[in-house]
Amino acid sequence: MRRARTLTAALLGALPLLLPASALAEAAPPPAISSGDTTFVLISAALVMLMTPGLALFYGGMVRSKNVLGTIMQSFMLLGLISVQWAVFGYSLAFGPDHWHLIGDLSWLGLQGVGGAPNPDYAATIPHQAFMMFQMMFAIITPALICGAFAERMKFSAFVIFSLVWATLIYDPLAHWVWGVGGWMRNLGALDFAGGTVVHISSGASALACAIVLGRRQGYKKTPFMPHNLPMTVLGAGLLWFGWYGFNAGSALAAGDLATSAFTATHLASAAAAVSWVFAERLHQGKPTTLGVASGAVAGLVAITPASGFVGPMSAIIIGLVAGALCYWGVSLKWKFGYDDALDVVGVHALGGTWGALATGLFASKAINAAGADGLINGNPSLLAIQAITVLCTWALGFAGSWVLLKAIDAAVGLRVSPDQELEGLDLSLHGETGYTLGPASGSFAHGGITAAASAALELAPQSSHQ
Amino acid sequence: MKKIEAIIKPFKLDQVKDALSELGIAGMTVSEVRGFGRQKGHKEVYRGAEYAIDFVPKVKIEVVVDDNLARQAVELITQAARTGQIGDGKIFVTPVEEALRVRTGERGEAAL
Repeated sequence: MRRARTLTAALLGALPLLLPASALAEAAPPPAISSGDTTFVLISAALVMLMTPGLALFYGGMVRSKNVLGTIMQSFMLLGLISVQWAVFGYSLAFGPDHWHLIGDLSWLGLQGVGGAPNPDYAATIPHQAFMMFQMMFAIITPALICGAFAERMKFSAFVIFSLVWATLIYDPLAHWVWGVGGWMRNLGALDFAGGTVVHISSGASALACAIVLGRRQGYKKTPFMPHNLPMTVLGAGLLWFGWYGFNAGSALAAGDLATSAFTATHLASAAAAVSWVFAERLHQGKPTTLGVASGAVAGLVAITPASGFVGPMSAIIIGLVAGALCYWGVSLKWKFGYDDALDVVGVHALGGTWGALATGLFASKAINAAGADGLINGNPSLLAIQAITVLCTWALGFAGSWVLLKAIDAAVGLRVSPDQELEGLDLSLHGETGYTLGPASGSFAHGGITAAASAALELAPQSSHQ
Repeated sequence: MKKIEAIIKPFKLDQVKDALSELGIAGMTVSEVRGFGRQKGHKEVYRGAEYAIDFVPKVKIEVVVDDNLARQAVELITQAARTGQIGDGKIFVTPVEEALRVRTGERGEAAL
């Protein structure tokens, strides 16, 4: 074996002598695209994409039936809006060439330069465009998370404007700070594997601002705000859990041991959190619930997001156990403080994300990911301090940035639907639709159809066409 | 003709239907309703928010019978629907002014 190796080395060493001189002057060959890595990232992108419809169902089942479509519509609309925003300029702002450590520029406007060749700064073995698409799915779901805070009462136009501006002025810069080359939090050494700060704290802190600025729903504490379709909510939670394998493991941007480690950590944290939420619930109010097991799983997934590629499986279990109980407690805060965070975005995402980011500072290990750092339990307290700084700054950006944005939109177009629209339900008042017309007789309660639309069209035709 | 409206516990519907058919009463209308009398509702908890559900699911049976069958019908429904627990329900009897079979146009007791 040794002899063969020596021979090979000798031959390789002799190679430059055999090549033309110009070949020697060229740069090292470009990194090879790995079909395994590319497959993995593209499939992960698809998994993360599925999380947005999953979120639509998760949230949709928790609102009252008169608002089920309005809630689902918000998630699906964001699939449309943010995809375009990201491709045209959002990606460039987030990951493009750095300015002042705060933002990228528009060098990649319209995805120029984002093609088949890898961008080794971010992912050396997959096409740059694959990385961009993977990141797009994160950019979509983050504003979708915020919708839970203002469920059942936000104007559609205000929602569209808020989401687009939020994506541009809050998400894109924050993604740059944490993940962009030159970003100040990245330079500081902050660790966020898949978006504990970028996705969860940002959306959670923004959600708090939304809940406060938009105000409480009509009938707060008087009318029951009960989930109308928990089977749908649990289906959504299942899709979220499934998609999260793409969210976290995919963030390894390569198929291999790191992705595996992140996959394992993700699953274990979610499992542990589902158990601890239900356990806390059983102890605190008597019965374990399906909403609890689903919420617990989600809380665990939130918490493990920043840590997933840096901690081992047992640490992941601890992170999950704490997340479940902590977020169970966290969702009760809205009653204490009086903000109507309709679907508990603050209690799950802001609090879960904060715990996860700090837990990364506790449990990170270079043995798991050499490109990361060690946390407190591995003898490095400074990481925890760095994580704390990023947590605080993300809270500030999310909360204050959203507050200002909401106030501006309120002045311009108004944030809330009218009281009558709110009572009627968003499905009918904003979208002219009904979510459920189940039952054999329900079709009999309507009349008209295509003939109604056709006759209306005829009435609008100019007089001359009738002669 | 008398109309008998019986509000009963949902799981008793089959028993009541069978009891009425023994009397020769072959048709009835049933609706799913909610109501309460002395029976308390129940509590549901979602993420720590507790809701009191006062209205209990019940089934309402409406059946129109000949005057001479009314008393027996009420007796049979009562026996079939009773469990002895709070929430067994109530029966109301009201006079019916007219009845008509849609298919044939028959009126009065012939329509029943």
